[in-house]
Amino acid sequence: MYSEKVMDHFNNPRNCGEIEDANGIGEVGNAKCGDIMRIYLDVEGDIIKDVKFKTFGCGAAVATSSMVTEMVKGKSIDEALEISNMAVAEALDGLPDVKMHCSNLAADALHEAIKDYKEKQQKKE
Amino acid sequence: MKRVYLDHSATTPVDPEVADLMMKYYTEKYGNPSSVHSFGREAKQGLEAARLQVAELIGAKPQEVTFTSGGTEADNLAILGTAEALRKKGKHIITSSIEHHAVLETCEYLEKNGFELTIIPADAEAMISVEDVKKAIRPDTILISVMHANNEVGSIQPIAEIGKLAKEHGITFHVDAVQSFGKLPINVDEMNIDLLTVSSHKIYGPKGVGALYVRKGIRITPLIHGGGQEKKRRSGTENTPGIIGFGKACELAGQRMAEDAEHQTKLRDKLMNGIVERIESVKINGPIGEKRLPNNVNVGIQYVEGESLLLSLDMLGIAASSGSACTSGSLDPSHVLLAMGMIHEIAHGSLRFTLGRQNTEEEIDYVLEQLPKIIDRLRMMSPLYDKVLQERKKASKAQ
Repeated sequence: MYSEKVMDHFNNPRNCGEIEDANGIGEVGNAKCGDIMRIYLDVEGDIIKDVKFKTFGCGAAVATSSMVTEMVKGKSIDEALEISNMAVAEALDGLPDVKMHCSNLAADALHEAIKDYKEKQQKKE
Repeated sequence: MKRVYLDHSATTPVDPEVADLMMKYYTEKYGNPSSVHSFGREAKQGLEAARLQVAELIGAKPQEVTFTSGGTEADNLAILGTAEALRKKGKHIITSSIEHHAVLETCEYLEKNGFELTIIPADAEAMISVEDVKKAIRPDTILISVMHANNEVGSIQPIAEIGKLAKEHGITFHVDAVQSFGKLPINVDEMNIDLLTVSSHKIYGPKGVGALYVRKGIRITPLIHGGGQEKKRRSGTENTPGIIGFGKACELAGQRMAEDAEHQTKLRDKLMNGIVERIESVKINGPIGEKRLPNNVNVGIQYVEGESLLLSLDMLGIAASSGSACTSGSLDPSHVLLAMGMIHEIAHGSLRFTLGRQNTEEEIDYVLEQLPKIIDRLRMMSPLYDKVLQERKKASKAQ
């Protein structure tokens, strides 16, 4: 039911782990519905230098998390904000219909992390 | 790649002896059992021999066995058929919270159509109490439907006691025995069962075949009307090769029941104990010992999600199942696990292994070798496990 790309990202997740002194962290989902995604960002001068993720969830949840980190590494914050959940699913050659709503939240987690980064910067100023 | 099949409660392979026999009824003895000629007669003979084989496994008479397209149809026929036949007598139905969807959804359909439903709760081990059933009985109760053994956690229900109760109150008693049939002894007289659902593909027979036992004198209205086959209880030309295969599978199950149970209990306990010994933060779901099906292992694995466990196992050739939402196609995890009082987080991490005749100790060793590695990997990815690691760090610093 999953594409080869999904299975590849599930089995060999990119950028899995955490960044100890991350300057932006975003989390979406909850354990009740079975998916939690957390994104860590290391942003320097509006560029995402490093990104890592931790995910509790099904194959689609892990694969979308992994994919979104690949898509944003080295990109600017503005470019990253343009990435949608749909774009992540497309980059994985699609997801099964039932997964589109519940497990396709990786871009949301990324956007939360960027929001967190911006708030932290404002506090500094 | 090595493949290990541990999902026998989903379905089983067809026994080669069964498949050989069926082939004869596809290509040689292909007559319609309702036909008068010799082709029809030989098919009819096979059909009736199968009816006897099914009846013998449950202590029934062959005339009391109606063949259906499977367990789901038999459950529907039992419940809808009783409701329709007895609607003038009463409109109250009792069932339990851990039934298969084929029973629960059918009862809920009736509830939407003028019947009243009481759903008996289960305890933390997925056991139904006879006392709760007793309390639920009303003067207008027409049907009690309780499963023999649960498909997810293998809990074996007190069927004989509930049967006695139903008989005392003159209430029709239906038992879904899809998971226990051929694995545990069943006697419809001793257990006071009026309607019993059984299925072929869980006992090394073909898919698409099942049967409903209907005690002589019990009234049910048919669902499928037509040519009047199966004593008008189920019209449509019989699936003769399938039914004959089912009969043969029943005969083999009867001969092998004690041997199968001994073999599978041994593997079950090895797998269950091995998981508990090797992996931290796991819990056995369902009862332990006599009250559990010999072939069922169900464990709750904290901090990981069921579908990702299944995918990881599948990569290594191991087939299992899970009660997580992701494997059910809905947003909620298994209704059985929730009925046992489990919280969603834990239910999402449930893992079921169901053993079969062909499984070996070697295969269990392979699972016990691979599973801890898979769980380690997934836990390291899980944000829920962070807290555990952090607390551990604190604890080691404090020392």
